[in-house]
Amino acid sequence: MTAGVDLGPKTQAIGSDEDVVRVRQLVRTVAVAAKLSLVDQTKLVTAASELARNTLIYGGGGTAEVTVVEDGRRRGVRIVFADSGPGIADLDLALTDGYTTGGGLGLGLSGSRRLVDDFDIQTAPGEGTRITVTKWSR
Amino acid sequence: MERVPILKIGDILLVSIQIDMSDQTAVTLQEDLAERIVATGCHGVIIDITALDIVDSFVGRMLSTIASISKVLDAETVVVGMRPAVAITLVELGLSLNGIRTALNVERGMELIAATRDDDPGYDDDPEGVESGTAATSP
Repeated sequence: MTAGVDLGPKTQAIGSDEDVVRVRQLVRTVAVAAKLSLVDQTKLVTAASELARNTLIYGGGGTAEVTVVEDGRRRGVRIVFADSGPGIADLDLALTDGYTTGGGLGLGLSGSRRLVDDFDIQTAPGEGTRITVTKWSR
Repeated sequence: MERVPILKIGDILLVSIQIDMSDQTAVTLQEDLAERIVATGCHGVIIDITALDIVDSFVGRMLSTIASISKVLDAETVVVGMRPAVAITLVELGLSLNGIRTALNVERGMELIAATRDDDPGYDDDPEGVESGTAATSP
């Protein structure tokens, strides 16, 4: 494995605007260490920025955990965004391009899903939201 | 909070974003620019995003809003220096950057603004310090 680079899980709290910037920087560092291509790094960092902002604005804050993962053939970067906010009542609607309850463009969830390879969301009203995304090297 | 500097060059305001902006920094830049356009009477705004390694929906929306605000204040906005990976990502994210004019670099952005003002019959001064024509060779 890559000597000298710590590939263990790293967690960043999301409680402010500045933390969204820190999530981007953390994800970029890990994506570079995991040797994702430049375009894949850019897509993953962009998706992380959207999802971290959602965690802050809609989830009332939470955490992002960034891990390097392997499936035997390839290496990837997985990020878990977790909050204990109000959850999402209508997931299909929330994943529709242009739908927003917060005055944004409504591209955060739907757009970031297009930018990653695996996208999983677990949520229920009153039970918070947990979104797991993975980008694999090619 | 960090602030993005706005430089005045002749008839143009130049903003080169060199930091990873928080959302608040982006909103402040939008307001600072509107004030500077009015205070200086500049007719062109160039936003250089060469140093940005991502543009997400928030920054994308800020760029569109700046373009609309400048239009209302009689100034043209050109966004220059977008990296290829950023362009690919923006399109996949679903952002169309409506109403934003783009150029490959600052020099071409200045030419674009100069050409736009020349075409406008209601505007007859030549902007200072801006070379018109096609003499400029870009790398």
